[in-house]
Amino acid sequence: MSLSREEIYEKVKDTLVDALGVDDDEVTEDARLMEDLGAESIDFLDIVFRLEKAFDIKIPREELFPGDNVLGDSDLIVDGKVTEAGLAQLTEQMPHVDFSEFAKDPDINKIGDLFKVSSILGYIEGKLN
Amino acid sequence: MRWIWIDKFIEFESGKRAVAIKNISLAEEHLHDHFPGFPVMPASLIIEAMAQTGGILVGEAKDYSEKVILAKITRATFHDLALPGDQLKLEASVENIADEAATIKGTVYCNDRVLGEIQMMFSHIDQNMGGLEFPEENFVFNEQFMSMLKIYRPDTSSNHT
Repeated sequence: MSLSREEIYEKVKDTLVDALGVDDDEVTEDARLMEDLGAESIDFLDIVFRLEKAFDIKIPREELFPGDNVLGDSDLIVDGKVTEAGLAQLTEQMPHVDFSEFAKDPDINKIGDLFKVSSILGYIEGKLN
Repeated sequence: MRWIWIDKFIEFESGKRAVAIKNISLAEEHLHDHFPGFPVMPASLIIEAMAQTGGILVGEAKDYSEKVILAKITRATFHDLALPGDQLKLEASVENIADEAATIKGTVYCNDRVLGEIQMMFSHIDQNMGGLEFPEENFVFNEQFMSMLKIYRPDTSSNHT
């Protein structure tokens, strides 16, 4: 399946509108899923379900959003900060996410800010093409 | 005792869909206060009836091995009021069921008209909570609740109709 970025964007937008109950004009590429669109942890799974259906793809857990394999590992998180090894693992696991800003202050509480609408677009684009 | 808020199942297709009945009686105390002189079943309790219908559908799909907890009401729209004496027919269809969670789409009928549409999500909490541990005993589908479920089975309940 080959879709243009606009087509992907429209489907992602519909997905987020349905999953999060937001208005479609709130879904901009820069919108952060948690901070701006109010997503909570269960919503990430809902989003994954809907994206799988919308794009007819399989999304392995841990790939699109960070999972327990990093966030639950005490070697990768120390004193509420993601360690260098943790960052390396996240970067490898999630090439569609820009970790450069986060790396300056890898506070675990800020990890939600990394997940923007554009991260989903990047992930889907990579997956389809 | 678990709080049972639906009366019986009339259809049950494992892992796919279930239809349950909820009879609304003026004897239910919540109707006395909601509202005084104008009893209306609160939408939240219609959602609860759907959550029980969908939760059992999702639980049965995995032989009640998971602890199924309502995690999210994605959308709930109501087109009419549910009044004492009404019979609600709650139809839940599985949209997605995975290791960690499941989603259902629910339609509530009253007198063959659509009264409400509800989408919800259930979590299999043992699979999902980042290492947080829950008691081993399945407190969702405990023994008492399972024995209640037996009377819901259409093959046995139909003997009484």
